[in-house]
Amino acid sequence: MEMVERKEALKGGEFLIRESEAHDVFIPEDFTEEQRMMAQACTDFLRTEVFPNVDKMEDVESGFMIELMNKAGELGLLGISVPEEYGGLGMSFNTSMLVADVLGTGGSFSTAFGAHTGIGTLPILYYGNEEQKRKYLPKLATGEWKASYCLTEPDAGSDANSGKTKARLSEDGKHYIINGQKMWITNAGFADLFIVFAKIDDDKNLTAFIVEKSYGGITMNDEEKKLGIKGSSTRQVFFNDCHVPVENMLSTRGNGFKIAVNILNIGRIKLAAAVIGACKDVITMATNYANERKQFGKPISSFGAIKHKIGEMSALTYATESAAYRAGQCIEDKINSLIAEGMDEAQAKLKGVEQFAIECAIMKVHGSEVLDYVVDESLQTYGGMGFSEEAPMARAYRDARITRIYEGTNEINRMLLVGMILKRAMAGELDVLGPAMAVAKELTSVPTFSAIDASVLFAEEKEAIKGLKKAVLMVAGKAAQTFGPALEEQQEIMMHVADMIIETYVAESALLRTEKLIGIRGEAACQQYINMARLYLNRAADKVAYHGKEAINSFATGDEQKVMLMGLKRFTKMNPINATAIRRELADFVIEQNKYPF
Amino acid sequence: MKILTCISHVPDTNAKIPFKDGQPDLNGISFVIAPYDDFALARAVELRDQTKGKLTVLNVGLADTEPTIRKALAIGADDAIRVNAHPHDAFYVASQIAAIAKQENYDLILMGRESSDFNGGQVHGMVAEMLGLPCVVPCMKLDLNGNVAVMQREIEGGKEIVEVALPFVAGCQEPIAEWKIPNMRGIMSAKTKPLKVVEPVAVENYTRIIKYEMPPQRSSVKMIDKDNIGELVRLLREEAKVL
Ligand SMILES: Cc1cc2nc3c(=O)[nH]c(=O)nc-3n(C[C@H](O)[C@H](O)[C@H](O)COP(=O)(O)OP(=O)(O)OC[C@H]3O[C@@H](n4cnc5c(N)ncnc54)[C@H](O)[C@@H]3O)c2cc1C
Ligand SMILES: Cc1cc2nc3c(=O)[nH]c(=O)nc-3n(C[C@H](O)[C@H](O)[C@H](O)COP(=O)(O)OP(=O)(O)OC[C@H]3O[C@@H](n4cnc5c(N)ncnc54)[C@H](O)[C@@H]3O)c2cc1C
Repeated sequence: MEMVERKEALKGGEFLIRESEAHDVFIPEDFTEEQRMMAQACTDFLRTEVFPNVDKMEDVESGFMIELMNKAGELGLLGISVPEEYGGLGMSFNTSMLVADVLGTGGSFSTAFGAHTGIGTLPILYYGNEEQKRKYLPKLATGEWKASYCLTEPDAGSDANSGKTKARLSEDGKHYIINGQKMWITNAGFADLFIVFAKIDDDKNLTAFIVEKSYGGITMNDEEKKLGIKGSSTRQVFFNDCHVPVENMLSTRGNGFKIAVNILNIGRIKLAAAVIGACKDVITMATNYANERKQFGKPISSFGAIKHKIGEMSALTYATESAAYRAGQCIEDKINSLIAEGMDEAQAKLKGVEQFAIECAIMKVHGSEVLDYVVDESLQTYGGMGFSEEAPMARAYRDARITRIYEGTNEINRMLLVGMILKRAMAGELDVLGPAMAVAKELTSVPTFSAIDASVLFAEEKEAIKGLKKAVLMVAGKAAQTFGPALEEQQEIMMHVADMIIETYVAESALLRTEKLIGIRGEAACQQYINMARLYLNRAADKVAYHGKEAINSFATGDEQKVMLMGLKRFTKMNPINATAIRRELADFVIEQNKYPF
Repeated sequence: MKILTCISHVPDTNAKIPFKDGQPDLNGISFVIAPYDDFALARAVELRDQTKGKLTVLNVGLADTEPTIRKALAIGADDAIRVNAHPHDAFYVASQIAAIAKQENYDLILMGRESSDFNGGQVHGMVAEMLGLPCVVPCMKLDLNGNVAVMQREIEGGKEIVEVALPFVAGCQEPIAEWKIPNMRGIMSAKTKPLKVVEPVAVENYTRIIKYEMPPQRSSVKMIDKDNIGELVRLLREEAKVL
């Protein structure tokens, strides 16, 4: 009998309590020739259509974004995730991540693209009935129609379920009549279709509707004057007795909030993908500039202060990319296994993403903050030119800022991700209680120092990752024990714990990717990858130590505090590395290549 | 209408190619369809669509060129032929192309005016000679009118409009067509389109590369104060040796 080796899939959040094998993890280097060709086509699209026309694109009144979207539609970029039977390409989850990644370099275009293909199209794809899918998806997949998503209201942003927009059934029972005001609606200016969330009568929960612009009763304010992504259309949208046929209700009455949340999960991890492309592009520009700009008789790239920036930016970007595609593949594997079990495709996709909602939130927060770091340090590398609109950094800096706000603010996402772990632990879906107890026990026992076999690749680093996980379990476990459900009100602690979790996940992902790469290419060819993984882990350990300390000191006292602080020290201890030398070596490589080369 | 487009597989035009032991070190370099070939291909796709004909793309190269060939299929060629041989020199490549073209009787053979690696610019002329066909280079505009093609060439100080009856060979350059980005559907269908691998015909290698040499490093610019004309004259005479 043939033996089938089945890798045991990690559940969402389970990375905290289980080890992953490097060969089970997807790494960007695994992309196929076909996927690379698609990525290249996206790059070519940006080079020929977007970059030469940035000024035109940034003038939102020019209507140029519509042209860009149409061209993207011709290339098939708007139908990547839509199944073939509905006029799309039915590509895998990680392929759609890759496309979002490359197009992430496109600034405003990336936002318009993301809103249309993500929050605009996916609600119908995942929640629409057959008739709705047949009617709308082909139009959206080609870009014949543009979509937008109307959830936020002036008084309901983070608290999205508190929206006041109302829907009531018409007397003849044929229409829902929608009234209300939506705010910050991306693509509103040119959308043909709106996914609208409203409450029917006095419902507590939202219901989603597919609203065609042609139904009438839709008006808009002027374009918002924004800090960045100025080329993307963002408007307030008013619904005044907008008559929506009853058959255009999406899913069931009261299920709207669930739809909103699930669609946002996908938006979050896609945002992390988009951030990768943007980071790489900005690092390349900063490196080019640093190589050309001379001060004190030398290129500024020869100065340690600039090398620090280039090295650090590269390591952070590499780590984010490693984690994003690792999570993307976990989602894809889950989707495939659910389909194999007989679940219908749309349902499987939803469940797959929902299973990894924790990782989606982790990636959203981390990706957006890495991008902000990268644009900030790159702008700094440009010196005075960084502050000028003549050079590309000012726009990159402005465009990056929104990523920490939309798709759920980073505060909300931090709280969400910790909340989800606690909830799953309580529900017995995620067995963190056992391991947390074991860590608590370890705290009061005499430390056993198991000898690390230094001949095993990354033996020490893997031990360090285990330690970081223990630190998380210790702090989160104790906090949960101390506060019970009221922990949710201790937001500062929740945020610190979130940061500990984020750093752990990302550091582990970078290490796993590097280990797998070494297996493929050999250690000699992977020196810079090893440097990046080590740098990131080093930084993560410091961060976990810092956030752990902050959290512990905010609720523990006396002996308990002492024991926990000592435990934290033990769990985040690493043999010292010369990060400066490593960063320099890494930066020298990037500077020599004159681009982000990984 | 049967159209053949020949493409070469060349290092990305932005790539900096290091030399190791006197040979180009192509490790880790990404490869593309040579830019002029890309324009020829783009026009060929348009002409194929216009005439509802068939477009074959041909490359003389070893197996590592297949991703580049599949890109041409993604852009729109109907099928592909790879002559399984290292493209030794222009004569070798032209002989392989001619051997295939003799069997297939293409109505139109388009290629780039020159490749961007060795920039020989000879293959089209040789292929035409071997097949006894006319050859137009550089072809910057090409319109078909039944069995006749009207082409435009740039010549010193102006343009030349040429009329040639099919079949013929042309070495193309922009603005013959707008460069095409493969669409997603094209990319997905590329792997299902036929890619035939044929063995080369025996051809003698007449040339041999003896060595590569880098251009001498340019020394940096020397700035001389405008009040110091004497020094300028001295340097021009003694260092630059131009006076
Ligand atoms: C350019 C742009 C495009 C957008 N596109 C769309 C779109 O297409 N569709 C759509 O529906 N929406 C869209 N939005 C809205 C976006 O999702 C919201 O702005 C976001 O959810 C935050 O809501 P808010 O602006 O009301 O901020 P608020 O919710 O008022 O938040 C203000 C601050 O308070 C914090 N905060 C709020 N609640 C809590 C809490 N419970 N605990 C701790 N901190 C909290 C937040 O983190 C934030 O720092 C867009 C916004 C922008 C700026
Ligand atoms: C809005 C604005 C107003 C200004 N107003 C005035 C003004 O009124 N009068 C005036 O004279 N100037 C003015 N400046 C110029 C300003 O002082 C310079 O921009 C600043 O000194 C940086 O110089 P730079 O732009 O040439 O950057 P660069 O010197 O090229 O610096 C680029 C990067 O390299 C780094 N770097 C440079 N040298 C080294 C080194 N040796 N070691 C390590 N890192 C190095 C820098 O820190 C920076 O990160 C203004 C600039 C701006 C943007």
